[in-house]
Amino acid sequence: MDQLFVSLTGKVQEILASILPDFLDFLAPIALPLLGILLFAPFVMMYLTWLERKLVARIQNRIGPNRVGPFGLLQPIADGIKMLTKEDVIPEGADRFMHFLAPAVIVAPAMLTWAVLPFGRNMIAADIAVGVLYFIAISGLAEIAIFIAGWGSNNKFSLLGAMRSIAQMLSYEIPMVLSVAVVVMMVGSLSTSAIVEAQSGWGGFNWFIFRPWGLVGFVIFFLAGAAETNRTPFDLAEAESEIVAGFHTEYSGMKFALFFMAEFISVFSICALASTLFLGGWQGPFLPSWAWFFLKTYTLIGVLMWFRGTFPRLRVDQLLGFAWKGLLPMAFVNILSMGLWEFVPRPWNYVVSTSLLVIAFFLIVYGNSSDLAKKRTYVLAD
Amino acid sequence: MLDKFVYIIFGLSILSAIGVVAFRNLFYSALSLVAALFLAAVLYICLQAEFIAIVQILVYIGAVMTLIIFAIMLTARINDKTIRASNQQRVVSLIALVVFGVFLVGQICKAQWPQVTGVNAMVPIGRLGELLVGHFVLPFEAISAILTVALIGAIVIARNK
Repeated sequence: MDQLFVSLTGKVQEILASILPDFLDFLAPIALPLLGILLFAPFVMMYLTWLERKLVARIQNRIGPNRVGPFGLLQPIADGIKMLTKEDVIPEGADRFMHFLAPAVIVAPAMLTWAVLPFGRNMIAADIAVGVLYFIAISGLAEIAIFIAGWGSNNKFSLLGAMRSIAQMLSYEIPMVLSVAVVVMMVGSLSTSAIVEAQSGWGGFNWFIFRPWGLVGFVIFFLAGAAETNRTPFDLAEAESEIVAGFHTEYSGMKFALFFMAEFISVFSICALASTLFLGGWQGPFLPSWAWFFLKTYTLIGVLMWFRGTFPRLRVDQLLGFAWKGLLPMAFVNILSMGLWEFVPRPWNYVVSTSLLVIAFFLIVYGNSSDLAKKRTYVLAD
Repeated sequence: MLDKFVYIIFGLSILSAIGVVAFRNLFYSALSLVAALFLAAVLYICLQAEFIAIVQILVYIGAVMTLIIFAIMLTARINDKTIRASNQQRVVSLIALVVFGVFLVGQICKAQWPQVTGVNAMVPIGRLGELLVGHFVLPFEAISAILTVALIGAIVIARNK
C-alpha cells in the first residue's frame, strides 16, 4: 500500500520498455513522473478552488457551490468549460506578445517546483542534491511573469499591482530563506528527501516542529510563504477594493484561469514544502507515506483558507514593516538558537534555546510598539 | 547528443545577448537579459554544476533582474512604446569592451585546463562549503565586507537626497 504509486510507475515503465525502441529507453523514467505532475497539478488546482469556495462559504455561514453534481463536486469542471468559452479580450494599447506570454510563463515555475517535492517514500520526481535551493530559485521566477503581465497590459492598475507584488515577494523571500537555512544547517543537506529522512524516529513523530527553533522557523516560513503566494491577508497585489485585480486586471477567460492555476499550484507547493521541512514530510505511523504527506499539506492549505476567511487585508507599510522589522530579526535569532540547541548539552538545550527565542520575541514586539495597532475606544458606541 | 544541445544553447544565448543591446524597447532588453542569464544556467547544468546553475537563477534572475526591471518600471513614460535606450558612451564602452575581450581571450588561451576523465565531474556541495570557509576564507570574507560597505554606502547616498 505504501509503495502503491511507485510500483504502479514501475509496471508502466516495464510495459513501455517492451513497446518503445531501444534508443528511447532513457525517456520513460524521465517522462513518467513529468506526466504525472502535469496531469495531477491541474486536478489539484481544480479541487482547491472547490475546497476554498466550500470552506470560505462555511466561515461566512453560506453553503457554497452545490448545484453541479453531488456537493457541487463537478463545479470546477463546469467552471473550466465556461472559462474556455469566454471571449479572449486583449486591450487596445497592450503589447500583444507580452500579454500572451505572461500567463504561460507564470504556470511553468509553479509546476516545476513540484519536481523536488517528496510526495511519499520514493515518490520524488527529481531527487537533486540542491532541492530546497532549486525550489526557492524557481518559485522566484514567478516575479518575472508578474512583471510581464503588469507591463504588457498597459494599464495603471496592472502596473501598480505588479510593483506591489514584487516589493512584497522580494521582502518576504529573505525571512523565508533564513527560516529554511535552519533546517538545512541541522540536516547538513539541501536535498528534500534527505531532510525527510532526518526526521524519522520517535514512532514517526520526530518532526522538526517539535524543537523550539523548528516551531519558530515553521511559523516564519508559513507566514512568508503565504505572502509569497499572494494569499490573504497579504494579497495586496490583487486588492479588489483598491486596484481592481492587480496584475491580472486585463485578463479574461482561460488566461485568467491560468493565473489562478499558478496561484493555487504554488499554494499547494508552499504548504507541501512546509510539511516537508518542518512537519516530517511523509513520516508518520500507520497510514501509507503519501497519505501522511497529503494529510499534512491539506491541513496547512486549510489553515491558509481559514486565514482568508477571517483576516482583513494589511496596509502596504504594515506588510513591508512586518517582513523587515518582525520576521527578519526573528529569523536571525532563530539561527542562533538552533546553534545553541545543537551544542548545549541535552536537557539544557531546550531551556536555553526556548528562553532566547521568547526574549527575542518580546524584544521585537517592544521595539515595534510604535507600529502596533492601538486599542480603539468608540466614544459613541455605548 | 549533449554536444549538439550545448551548441543550440550557445546560439540561443548569443542571440538573446544581442537582443539586450539591439531591442529598442527597454523592457524587451531586460527580458532578453533574463533569457541570456537563464541559458547560462542551462549551460552550467550541462557542465554538471547544478549548484552554480541554481545560484545563477536565484541571484541573477531572482534578485538582480527583478531590481533592474523594477527600476525600469519606475521610469517615466514606461508605457510609451517608442521609449529608447540612450547610448551616449559608445566610444568609451567600445574601448572597454576591446580591452576586456583581448584580456579574456589571452587568459583563456594561456590557462592550463584541467582534464576531467570519466562522466561524473560533479563536486558535492558539502566540499564547496568546506572550501569556502577553509581554504578560500579570506576572499570569501573580503567579498562579504565589500558587499556590506556597498550596502551602507547606498543607504548613505539615498539618505542625503
